[in-house]
Amino acid sequence: MRDPRATFAQTAAQLVDEDLSVALVYAEISGQYFGDVERRHPDRVVNVGIREQLLVSVGAGLALTGMRPIVHTFGSFLVERAFEQLKLGFGHQGVGGVLVGSAGSFDIAAGGRTHQAPGDVPLVDTLPGFRIHVPGHADEVEQLLRTAVAGDGRDYIRVVSQQNDTAFPVRPGHFHVVRRGTQATVLAVGPTLSPVLDAVAGLDVGVLYASTVRPFDSQTLRGVIGTPDVVLVEPYLAGTSARFVDDALLDVPHRLLSLGVRDPELRRYGTAEEHIAAHGLDATGLRASITRFLGDADRAA
Amino acid sequence: MTITREPTTRQRGYHDLARLMSLMTGDEKHSHAATSTLDVLWVLYDRILDVSPQTLDNPARDRFYLSKGHGPMAYYAVLAAKGFLDENLLPGWASYDSPLGYHPDRNLVPGVEISSGSLGHGLPLAVGSALGLRAQGLDSRVVVLVGDAELDEGTNHEAVELAGALGLDNLTVVVVDNRSATYNRPGQIAPRFAHEGWHTVTVDGRDHAALEVALKERTPDHPSVVVAEVEEKYS
Repeated sequence: MRDPRATFAQTAAQLVDEDLSVALVYAEISGQYFGDVERRHPDRVVNVGIREQLLVSVGAGLALTGMRPIVHTFGSFLVERAFEQLKLGFGHQGVGGVLVGSAGSFDIAAGGRTHQAPGDVPLVDTLPGFRIHVPGHADEVEQLLRTAVAGDGRDYIRVVSQQNDTAFPVRPGHFHVVRRGTQATVLAVGPTLSPVLDAVAGLDVGVLYASTVRPFDSQTLRGVIGTPDVVLVEPYLAGTSARFVDDALLDVPHRLLSLGVRDPELRRYGTAEEHIAAHGLDATGLRASITRFLGDADRAA
Repeated sequence: MTITREPTTRQRGYHDLARLMSLMTGDEKHSHAATSTLDVLWVLYDRILDVSPQTLDNPARDRFYLSKGHGPMAYYAVLAAKGFLDENLLPGWASYDSPLGYHPDRNLVPGVEISSGSLGHGLPLAVGSALGLRAQGLDSRVVVLVGDAELDEGTNHEAVELAGALGLDNLTVVVVDNRSATYNRPGQIAPRFAHEGWHTVTVDGRDHAALEVALKERTPDHPSVVVAEVEEKYS
């Protein structure tokens, strides 16, 4: 299985080779992948040094001249540190760009809070017009990057080490129906799908999969829902997509369980797996939460 | 009765700026003269920048980024004088239905190249645009106006360092220095840029001939800074 971050870097280099309007801007991080393409295209591959605010503004400045920038560093520095640059450089100027944040919530668990960014997606979600992609497989990283770069909008792609067992075709704006069930519908976002499928084995619940959460595919959610009980599983701050579920079910009394990162200040090091378990996002934790949620419905009935 | 309206493309001069600004300030005697950026803006649009209302979409046009978006009356007045903007819009500025606000928005005003207001964004954006023009083989330039106090923002220093390191000779910064930075020290702006490899020149920010000479200059392989000194804001 390919590594998602290496796949991103390789695809980005190919896009720079293929398309003269594409520029790649980075800030030291991932420089180990970009040496060759930077030597081939020094005008369009720029390392700005350890300057993340400049990183984002340079990307936006390139876009102001009609280029298509790919802007990359860890999500913590790309979104959290340089948030106003995202807000004003891309959103407020009204220009497009493809922002690729790596490491997500757990990849650098041993690095501590400074390198854990469960807030990246909710922060980007405060900015109008951003598509948000959470690929759950290296193949999806490649497809999403190619699709995003071919467009002219504002895209945030979250590239993390965790992967599902299989990739789904990329269809931004459309969730995949993975399985159907009558009791509840679980929406698994990005790399949470494999643990979700393990967790719901033997349960009569439907499962949807999203590698793109903005735009949010309310139509498919509405279409498959039987019992109006929804479980949202997101690998970043819990409840980030909750209002979209509520909007989709505005005319239906419904229940919603939002799972994700609940305590961003865990103050633990260790491994990604340990952090995923600590937030209840491994198969065991998910099964416990989901069966409790289903049981609550039974007791209420 | 026939009402004759002036076409907005009529060329106006520097002497029109006081009247145009008074449409916004309601004060023809003081405000325009006290505006620190007025002469720099006029010289740029009158003598330096290769851009006009007819070339706004030309990828090879020169870019002007007003980073210091505060107090944009002089900017709007110059844009109106140069035909980018209908002067009839000036009196209603900052109202709900007006495209002209206290901070300019490029999506609302033709000729405004960046939306600004939050300090410290224009120069970093300009570094990206200078790189973009260079990558596309375009010889046009990017000129950014910042205030001396705006240089407090650390983002400027990230940009000054990178532009110097990459030798972006299509980038010019004009620092309008009215010594409004709380910790300002006379003569300390240009050396900061020089330290990072910039070509520097300091001129009287009210002297049109001196501004023209300084702003026309391009030094191969080095970005340029023009420190335009004007009256102290708080004197």
